[in-house]
Amino acid sequence: MGPVAGQLRRTGLPAVEDLARVMPPEEVRRRGPVAIFECFERIPCDPCYWACKRGAVKPFRDINDLPEVDWERCNGCALCVAACPGLAIFVVHEGYTESTALIKLPYEFLPLPEVGQVVGALDREGTRVGEARVVRVQRPREKVGTPVLWIEVERDLAHVVRNVAVAGGEWGE
Amino acid sequence: MLNPQVMVVGAGPAGMSAALAAADCGVKVLLVDFFSQPGGQLVKQTHKFFGSRGQYAGVRGIEIARILGEKVRTHPNIELLLDTQVLGYYPDGVLTMERTLDGESEYLKARPRRLVVCAGASEKPLAFPGNDLPGVYGAGAVQTLMNVHGVRPGRRAVMVGAGNIGLIISYQLRQAGVEVAAVVEAAPVIGGYAVHASKIRRLGIPILTSHSVKEAHGERELEGVTVWQVDERWQGIPGTERYFEADVLCLAVGLSPLGELLWQAGCRMAYVPELGGHVPWHDEHQQTSVPGIFVAGDAAGVEEASSAMVTGRIAGLAAAASLGMCPRYRELLAEARAQLEALRAGPPGEKIRRGLARLEEVARRAQAG
Repeated sequence: MGPVAGQLRRTGLPAVEDLARVMPPEEVRRRGPVAIFECFERIPCDPCYWACKRGAVKPFRDINDLPEVDWERCNGCALCVAACPGLAIFVVHEGYTESTALIKLPYEFLPLPEVGQVVGALDREGTRVGEARVVRVQRPREKVGTPVLWIEVERDLAHVVRNVAVAGGEWGE
Repeated sequence: MLNPQVMVVGAGPAGMSAALAAADCGVKVLLVDFFSQPGGQLVKQTHKFFGSRGQYAGVRGIEIARILGEKVRTHPNIELLLDTQVLGYYPDGVLTMERTLDGESEYLKARPRRLVVCAGASEKPLAFPGNDLPGVYGAGAVQTLMNVHGVRPGRRAVMVGAGNIGLIISYQLRQAGVEVAAVVEAAPVIGGYAVHASKIRRLGIPILTSHSVKEAHGERELEGVTVWQVDERWQGIPGTERYFEADVLCLAVGLSPLGELLWQAGCRMAYVPELGGHVPWHDEHQQTSVPGIFVAGDAAGVEEASSAMVTGRIAGLAAAASLGMCPRYRELLAEARAQLEALRAGPPGEKIRRGLARLEEVARRAQAG
């Protein structure tokens, strides 16, 4: 640790450089949905490798290593999103439509929203930055799995929105 | 008098792993726990675990408790005694216990040939005015209330401590519908995993580093909390006070290993801050300075459930091997030690490695002196 610890360690918010490091290359993002691993710290953990059925997460030499993604293999299926114990993976489809992006995010709160429901779109600080429309709710096969929400947001919020506020939930609206 | 070959105190991840490892070698094991179900802390851990496949990474703690609990309940070589509090260790190698069944108490004694202590750790207290008001809890207690008994501790909480426990329980408070006004952490950095911190920041929960609790307020119960900034010497800075309305104050300021039985048994103990407090010296077989007494899990040093499962396994295998009942011990020990090293290899494991090095140093000096 240097004289001042990094932003992530001080605040829990990744720094711009952290996010830049894990951002998939532009041509990959243009092709379709792709997983973004907001995983910046070396901790012993490798469920993402086991979850991916397409071999898009490279094998871990040391389970403390950060995950490395093979962009040619990732199709944004979001199996890793549900598997990650840190809830740190998000699938983003920048070009979902002309003006909107699709984000697949893990969500472990009740009530789960309904398809078509409009929910609050929150950034990494939990600040509401707009609205999102729920496109799909992937309930896990096992009762104890992690649900994954597919939400549609304004395109320029694709890399800003990382959580939702559901009406009727404990946030209240 | 019960005479098991191996007695394991504590049926948490370490104790269950120790019991299963020994039982799989053909050893008759007595596994004892004071709670009504096996699992230790796992029974309230609703979050998904880290680590690797061998330690159930990606599986929720409550599921791991269920899986291992089922195994210990059905293993032909394990006798599981629940609702049984171990009371003490006596010089003749006898352990006394109190078992509660249907409101009736039964006093039991056991003289095992080998003992594995997996008693875990308990919450450290914090002293400040008002810390005895109803509504001030150890964070673990809040987790038990919510996740085991389905009871909300209150409506609005302040969390003290941004280690993994403070961060995870803040998340679980929100899952239970309890607002979390803030997490305060006396250190200038967040101690827990970054992913846990990021998860609660996404919920809008502020994390105030270099802050601690100054005072808890309320007439007959907690009504509010004053926090303030602290300097490099952990002293509060007057003028920086902030007040939060709250009816729940959770203290997650660290765990302390529960070593009473080890003290009673005459094990060589050392104070190692990196491991949480007083821990017994132990060798690579998890054996203490008293031959035949082994230690595993948080009682050996506060760490993680994943490491507890491995140190428990080593202790169980070692106990079996010392009875001549584990022919493949060398091979199985090497495998387990490699897993442990992998778990401890990264930055979070650095503290543990420093602590274990200090433990060796203290023990070496004590032996020389």
